[in-house]
This record gives sequence, C-alpha cells and structure tokens, in this order.
Amino acid sequence: MSAPLHARGLAALAAGLAKREFSSVELTRHLLGRLEAAQPQLNAMVSITGEAALAAAARADGALASGKAGPLTGLPIVHKDIFCTEGVRTTCGSRMLDSFVSPYDATVVANLKAAGTVMLGKANMDEFAMGSSNETSWFGPVKNPWNPAMVPGGSSGGSAAVVGARLAPAATATDTGGSIRQPAALTGVTGLKPTYGRVSRYGMIAFASSLDQAGVIAPSAEDCAMLLGAMAGFDPRDSTSVDAPVPDYTAALATGVKGLRIGIVKEFFDKGLDAQNGERLRAAFAEFEKLGATLVDVSLPNVGLSVPTYYVVAPAECSSNLARFDGVRFGHRCEDPKDLLDLYKRSRGEGFGAEVKRRIMTGTYVLSAGYYDAYYLKAQRVRQLISADFSRAFERVDVLMGPTSPTPAFELGAKTADPVTMYLNDIYTIGANLAGVPALSVPCGFVDDLPVGLQLIGPHFSEGKLLAAAHAFQQATDWHTRIPKVWQ
Amino acid sequence: MNWETVIGLEIHAQLSTKSKIFSGSATAYGAAPNAQANLVDLGYPGVLPVLNGEAVRMAVSFGLAVQAEIAPRSVFARKNYFYPDLPKGYQISQYELPVVGKGALDIVLEDGTRKRIGITRAHLEEDAGKSMHEGLAGASAIDLNRAGTPLVEIVSEPDMRSAKEAVAYMKKVHTLVRYLGICDGNMQEGSFRCDANVSVRPQGSDRFGTRAEIKNLNSFRFVEKAINYEVARQIELLEGGGKVVQETRLYDPDKGETRSMRSKEEANDYRYFPDPDLLPLEIDAAFLAAVRAALPELPDAKAARFVAHYGLSEYDAGVLTASRELAAYYEEVVQRLGGEPKLAANWVTGDLAAFLNRDSLEIGDSRVGAAQLAGLVGRIADQTISGKIAKDVFEAMWASGHDADAIIEGKGLRQITDSGAIERAIDEVMARNPGQLAEYRAGKDKLFGFFVGQAMKATQGKANPAQLNDLLKRKLAGP
Amino acid sequence: MSVNRKDIENIAHLARLSLREEEVAGYVETLGNILDMVGQLDRAETGGIEPMAHPLAGLAQRLRADEVTEADRHGLYQQNAPRVEAGLYIVPRVIE
Repeated sequence: MSAPLHARGLAALAAGLAKREFSSVELTRHLLGRLEAAQPQLNAMVSITGEAALAAAARADGALASGKAGPLTGLPIVHKDIFCTEGVRTTCGSRMLDSFVSPYDATVVANLKAAGTVMLGKANMDEFAMGSSNETSWFGPVKNPWNPAMVPGGSSGGSAAVVGARLAPAATATDTGGSIRQPAALTGVTGLKPTYGRVSRYGMIAFASSLDQAGVIAPSAEDCAMLLGAMAGFDPRDSTSVDAPVPDYTAALATGVKGLRIGIVKEFFDKGLDAQNGERLRAAFAEFEKLGATLVDVSLPNVGLSVPTYYVVAPAECSSNLARFDGVRFGHRCEDPKDLLDLYKRSRGEGFGAEVKRRIMTGTYVLSAGYYDAYYLKAQRVRQLISADFSRAFERVDVLMGPTSPTPAFELGAKTADPVTMYLNDIYTIGANLAGVPALSVPCGFVDDLPVGLQLIGPHFSEGKLLAAAHAFQQATDWHTRIPKVWQ
Repeated sequence: MNWETVIGLEIHAQLSTKSKIFSGSATAYGAAPNAQANLVDLGYPGVLPVLNGEAVRMAVSFGLAVQAEIAPRSVFARKNYFYPDLPKGYQISQYELPVVGKGALDIVLEDGTRKRIGITRAHLEEDAGKSMHEGLAGASAIDLNRAGTPLVEIVSEPDMRSAKEAVAYMKKVHTLVRYLGICDGNMQEGSFRCDANVSVRPQGSDRFGTRAEIKNLNSFRFVEKAINYEVARQIELLEGGGKVVQETRLYDPDKGETRSMRSKEEANDYRYFPDPDLLPLEIDAAFLAAVRAALPELPDAKAARFVAHYGLSEYDAGVLTASRELAAYYEEVVQRLGGEPKLAANWVTGDLAAFLNRDSLEIGDSRVGAAQLAGLVGRIADQTISGKIAKDVFEAMWASGHDADAIIEGKGLRQITDSGAIERAIDEVMARNPGQLAEYRAGKDKLFGFFVGQAMKATQGKANPAQLNDLLKRKLAGP
Repeated sequence: MSVNRKDIENIAHLARLSLREEEVAGYVETLGNILDMVGQLDRAETGGIEPMAHPLAGLAQRLRADEVTEADRHGLYQQNAPRVEAGLYIVPRVIE
C-alpha cells in the first residue's frame, strides 16, 4: 500500500500528478481538509483559501491534462503570511494588518504561481517576523505538532507546523535571524535560508532589510530543492536581488558528500547547548564521516557577538521599515483621533504588539542622536568581523556544521517574560544572516520525543552544495520522514 | 552697530525625468489626486525602491556644470520622521556621502563685479507629497502624486551677503538647470524652490550668528522679500537685547512676514542611516565621460563667446544667455542677418523682451519668430525703414503674425530717402510757420526740435531721420 | 546601560507609539536588559574596520531605465485606506 497523499514528498506528489494517479483537486481537497481540521489544535494558519485553492488546482489539472504542466504544477503549498498575495488578506501576524488585502503578489508568490503551485492559504507567524516561538502573533500562538504544549519556534512557526504535521507538503518562509531554520529544527523538518539576494524580497513585508531572506520549509532537502528552484532568481524590482543564474538544485542533489570538508564550529558547542542535543549532532557528524566527508575543527572567533550585533542592526532597520504603518494609507487606524499626533500614536500603539513595539523602540534608541556611533556603527563594524570569520572559514572548508537551536522545543510561555532569554534561541543561526550566507537545518534525531536540528552553513550561493549534503544525509537516515503520530 | 547678513541657500530642483526616482510612476504635474502614486510611492508593505538612472545622470551633469567633485561612490540614507505627506515615514536622501561634492559658480553683482558662491554639495533625494487644508473642517487631505519625484538638493556655502545676492545666485542656478535640461524651472508648480538660511552678525565678526531657516520659497521675489524681512527682524531682536532662536520659519506672502513653524521643530532627530534597500551608487569613468560629452555650452561660456564674437556688452550677453532658448533665438536672428549683432541684441533685449513680458510669454511662444525679427532688423540695417518706424512695424508683426516686409509694403512705411521729397516737406512746414521760423532765426535754437517734429509728421514719419536733420539745418539757417 | 521612564517616553514619542502607563515600566526593564546585552559589543576591537551595511559586499546599485511603467490604480490602492475622500487621504489637520 502506498503512503497517504499527505505523507509524500513534493517529488512523489509531482510524479503522482503526472501519472494522473490523483488529481490536483483531489490532493488539494485532501490537504484543505487536514488544514481545517488541524486549525483548532495547531492554529498554524491565518487564512485558509479553499475556494481559490480548488480553482487553482482545477486549472493545474487542466494544464496537466493538456501537457502544459511544469514540474511544480498542481502541487499545493502554504505561504507565510509575510508575503503579499493579491486579493488575499496579508496580515504579517499583526493587528496592524488584520484587514489588509494586498493589491499585488510578492515576487516569490508570483514565481510560484507561475510555476503552477496551488496556494492553500497563509501561515501564522510571529508578528512582523519578530519572535522565536510564534507567541507574538496577533492571531495567537502556533502549537508544535510534536507536542501542543510546546512552541513550534518562530517566526515561521506556522509554515514549520504545517509541514511538520504534513498539512501541506511545503511552505514558504522567511529568515532574518533564524526564522526558517529554528522552527524547522523544532518541528522536525528541513528548512533552507538561501544566500541574501538569491530570492527576491519584493512583496515580502520587511522586518530588517539587510538580513531578511525568503526560503523554504519542507520535509526533505529534495523538496526544498524543487521549490527553491522555482522561487529564486533575479528580480528587477529588488535592488538587492543578485543577477545570477539559478542552478538546477534538483540535479545538484546527486553530488553527495564524498570528499566534502566539513568545519565543526567550535564556538557553537558552548555551555548553552543542551547536552543531549549535542549528542545527536555528534552522531550526525559521524554519519557524514561514514558517507565520505572529512571533519575539521573550525573557529569563528567573533560569532559569539552575533546576538548583540543583531539586536542593534535588526531593530534599527525595523524601526524605520515599520514607520509606514501610520494609519493613513492602509492598516489599523485608531477610533476618533483628536489630532495628527494622536492618530499616529494610538494607531501604532494599538496596531503593534508588545514585542514589535519593543524592537521599534530599541531601534529608535540605537539610531537616535548621540547613540548612533556607539551602537549602530559599532554593530556594523562587528558585523564586518563576523562576516570575515565566515569568509576565512570557507577558505578551509566547504560547509560549516553545528546546532540549529540550543534546545529542542520549549514550553509555551517559558521564555516570554524575558526577551533576552528568548533572543538567545537564535544564537547559532544569526551569524549566517549577518554574513548573508545560506544555511539549512535538517532533522537529526530526537530528545524527549522532540526533534533536534543540525545546521549546515555554506559560502555565498552554495545552496546546491548544502542541499546535496543534506540530501546525502537524508538518504542515509530517516529522521526527516518521521511524522508525529496524531498527524500520520 | 552695523550688521552683516549671512545667507546660504538650499535649492530643491525637481528633475525632469519621465518617471519617479524609485518607481515607474509618471511625474507629470496636475494629474488627478493620487493617480500617479503607485505602490512604491505609497510605501505599501513589501515594496522596494529601484533607482532611476536618468536622475543620476541629471545630478551628475549639474555637478559637472559647477565644476564639482563627483563622488565615485555615494550612499542613499533614510531620513526618518513622521508626516502625512511622507508615506514611508522616511525620506530617501543622501546624507554623509552625496553624489555631488564641492563646487562653485559665479554671480554678477549690481555693480558689475563677479562674486564666486561656493556650493557645498548636491544630493539626490525624493520629493514628498502635498497636504491640502482648504475646505476641510479640522482635516487635511493628502495627495501623493509628487511623492517620489526626483529632486536634486543644491546646498550653497553661507557666501551671500544680501537678499539681492541670494536672488542672483538662485537665478544663476535656475538658468543652469534649465540649460542642462534637468529641471523645467517652473516655480509656480514648485519645480524649483529653496530654503534660505539667514543670520546676521556684527560687521567684521568672523563667527556666524544663530540662523533661521525660511522654508519653501517658490519665487525670486519671495526670496528677496522674505530674507529682507528676516534680516530686519533679527537685527531688531538683537538690538533690543534679544536672541535669535534657531528654528524653521515660513514666509507668508500675504502679510510679507516670516513666522515660526513650531510643528516642524520637535521632531528633528532624523535618525539617518544607510538605506538597506539600496546599494551604494557607483559612478565610473565611462559614465562620467558620457555625461560630460553630452553637456551643452553653459551660460558663462556662452556669454563670454557673445562678448568676444559679437562685441556685445557683458550686460547684454548676460541677458541674452539667461536662457538657452533666448540665446538660440538671438543667434538665429544674427545668423539670418549675416551680421548686425548689436542691433539684433538691442531688439531682442528691448522690444521683443518687453512684448514677451507684457503678454507673459516665454521666448518659445514668441509671436514674432527669429526669422521674422531678422527680417525686420534687416530693413533697419538697409535703411528701408527707420528705427522708429520699425517699432510700429514690430507691434504690427506681433499683432498680426505677418512678416516685416508685408507690413512695410502694405502700410507704405518705406523710408523716404529722396532728398527732393524731404526738401518739399520742409519747405511746406517753413511756409506754414513763419512766426517760429523768424524766432529760430533770431536765435531760439530750441525750436529746431519743433521743426523736426513737424517735418516728420509731414512725411508720416517716413523720412530718413539723418537726412531730414541735415536738410532742415541747412534750410532753417536761411539762404 | 540603563534607561529610565523619561527615556522610554521620549523614544515612544519619537517612534509615535502610545504606551499605556503600565507598559512603560516593563519597557524600562526589558530595554535596559537588551541594551546591557548589546553592550557586549564593546568587547570587540573594531579599530580600522569598515562598517558593513550590506551582506553583498562589492555590489553596486543597479540603475533603472527612465520609463513610466505604472498605470493609475488609485481606486484599488485606496481600498485599504481607512479614510479617503475624492481620491485624497484624509488625516486630522496638519498644523504648519
């Protein structure tokens, strides 16, 4: 007996669609049913767009029947609600955009639409992507499919939970400081943050422009490769988009890891790393060695300053990026403003949640007169040092490896009282954002029935190499195929 | 105490690109509200700016025209403040590293001497939208059509010492940007406007006084009046023992005074930082060479050529080169005439200018074209008509659009150079006025003018004036 | 680095955020903690190091051709606007 539709990867689903084993409408209906049913338990979605999805699926079936289909035609996916979707509510997890309907598609959305994918709906997320646990969403926290008492990670918690529970075979996501990799790790799925500039940021609601990057969350590296190939590429609408051809990531999967030099980042095995988590990682390293890779110890001397650097740069950019939400042209507007100042202050005060306000204020502070040099410029200089650490390391090794997150998923509410504790969740992931390099998280085991993620980091534009390494690992292991019992 | 005025100007010139600086919206003036505000201009969530290359080219051409350093690498920054006409909550501008660095240009003072005014920098930025308040109780209405229109902000050194100098400088920049074709210079539509930084200090002091910034002056007249008012206000304040407060002020043309703009005061922590959505702007040698090669002849060079080549006075050369179109008109007149550059200059700066001014027309809309004016001046040069008759012919040309020759022939205005005919007219006048003749001959020389007038009248003004003078003198003196 | 109530109120004003009275104390504490954590940056020796504004070192701004590519779609764009009259966005009076 073959696996149920929802348990199959993108490649298997594509093959099934191509062989007319099932239709896109059937597949879509099946997944919509699961999404709806899971909503009370997981709260992974902000919007489920069933009608539009079925219409798109029917069109895809038409294309499949007439032989005009591409490799992704008819495959259902979920978009993180940070991507603007034409005619569909786009909230960014915020009260500010509770009733905002985007008049345009983000480039990522348009690219995937053009490739024939079917959007099932919009995934819940931390408000404006600011959070590591999906507890800052205006629409309530997302629950971890492995244990609903636990967080799924954030900010792409909805995308990760949807894939973890196999409510959709893949989801788009974004990563500013770990927001793809950390939730992927905490929900037992594969998540790739590409090189800065690889995927267009146009239409992706900005948090921190110099760090934000769109990517994918899916069960396997193979699935990620398929989706990334369709969403990546040069976009003339994004000045920071890089004009370089998109390689065939699926073809690159076969490269394997024989002879691959893997740098184990010394600084990532610090006292903050959960001991059992560390054991799972070491077992994974051994697996890579068995597959023919070489392990090398590597030091990134300044990477320990990633979190403080990030918490200057990201809030600074966010404080400016979120100034456009002023209650004038779109978004929440307070009732009966008594004057212009009141309109601004109350619309923003009511529209933004506590964490977003905290970051806006932090950013406003570090950019303000008298503090710019001490905070902002200093952080930009340390960012240069961290980035140089990565460049130096990549002169010696092909990829770096380490943990994605210090611990497996933690309980809802466990870290909400102290922001700094929450921020430290991203201690291993932020470096890649600061340096703009691609990084990927793959499931590599369990601790107390919760998934553990292994992080792979590569030099700029080495997505193919990272996916190939992850794929080789996934051919030899089955962690990525594990599905929480209730969602099987 | 004697006070010295110190003025620096920040001129905002809208660049005449077809599309906005960071989006593909049109920049045309006068569109329906918000019809030219697209997603990028509105600061919609998720949108990103992409720089218009033509705006860069225009800013660089200005830099080259004022002999400024062009930065090989400049950076766009965000100037953060909240205002309803500023959709993103920040203005994209250049702060620490502008595209155009130090330069200078010369102005001519009233006494004819030249003065060099330093240009500190010129940078690219986006314009804001417009707020309107009329007819709305307690509310303002926002039109964002102008938001994102490219601007070059030209910052001068505090080198001007009077309102007149400030106006001369502003006019010079106005001329320059229009020569370069980078700004239409339309001040009524706000395409060219300035902020004036004004302070006073005791004569001889080398320290600057506290300055006030007068915002948004959109006519030369307002610049002059606002500065003069502000200077008087500051002097009065200081002489009364008060202090000038550093602040932003607004000029009220109806009342002819400046007043404090408190609303703009409090939020002056702009939190500039490099815009992460835009990469550094790099200008390489090839780009620079291409812009340089495309530069037109600039006003100073053209004026110098007019003096050297046409023998004009510096003053006339200055007037004629005030706009590229006027200079071209003049040169076409001279070229068609094949000479007579001074006579042509007199006509262009005299009657033509007066009629244009009377009818509020630009040279491009002149009712008498360059070829037609050349036709008229040619008839003066070849003595077909006198200069005086020519004025009437010109007026008729202006009104009818006809050529000079048609009017001269049609109205029989051809000059009388036949001395027999002129003598006959003189004889008649002398015969009709025996009393005046006797007085003249008795020594009342002043009556000569009377006889000139009468004789001219008798020839309907067509007599050649020099000939008439000679003959009249001889005849009046008696046989 | 500690911040006091006044600092929080000033920042909130600059950022145009209304804060409830009880929120202010929380932000005094959490922003203070964040700034303490950020203070670790002082440990880094950054003399002679260029600030890094972009992860794409060495790339320059691309220039767009000067073409009008946008049509008038203000009706659509204003569907999200809280208050519009005759195509204009309406706000409480701007005082100049």
